[in-house]
Amino acid sequence: MSYTFMTLLVLAVAILWDLVIVRTRLIGRRVFWAGYVIIFAFQLLINGWLTCNNVFLYDESAILGVRVFYEPVEDLVFGFSLVLTVQSMWVFLGRRGIRN
Amino acid sequence: MKHYTYLAAMGFTLIGSIWLEVFLKVSVLKRIRRVLLTILPVGIAFVLWDRFAITQGHWRFDNAQVLPLNRIGGLPLEEYLFFIFVPLAAILTIEAVRKVNTHWKVGDER
Repeated sequence: MSYTFMTLLVLAVAILWDLVIVRTRLIGRRVFWAGYVIIFAFQLLINGWLTCNNVFLYDESAILGVRVFYEPVEDLVFGFSLVLTVQSMWVFLGRRGIRN
Repeated sequence: MKHYTYLAAMGFTLIGSIWLEVFLKVSVLKRIRRVLLTILPVGIAFVLWDRFAITQGHWRFDNAQVLPLNRIGGLPLEEYLFFIFVPLAAILTIEAVRKVNTHWKVGDER
């Protein structure tokens, strides 16, 4: 299983979680995308700096080789999935009455 | 100094987001139970995914740029900090956007 496939799998699970399992539907909300733009900018900056410095060493045969700001595009998909899952969980708990 | 590269990036992530709690008063850390119930399960799931990718050999860490400590379950300490600080930053961000745009619905409004 390539790293590309692994990130697509986690993306699918994250979207399924948000839309079907807990139904927070963040992916359809302006609040999510406005926040994601900010997080994306910081990811490019911080993760890009780490990748540029070769803190993470990739097996080139496991990734597509498409890089944005030094980062494999797979890492951007992974970051999106993590942020969506976390925020969806946060909203889900709040909706279930766990507010503090 | 090279050993602090990844740790420094995690420090920047924390500082770059925690000010929202202090100056924008999003009151996320005050809701610590909800924070933990969010970060723990999601963090554990993603750590397991992460470890799997590493055992598959998809990528590895440069030993010279992480703290010279023993690995914990195959991961450097900074990687665990990543799965705490990035989720925390994500929560702080969505609450900050809500605070600034009060009419935008998040989905947990009463």
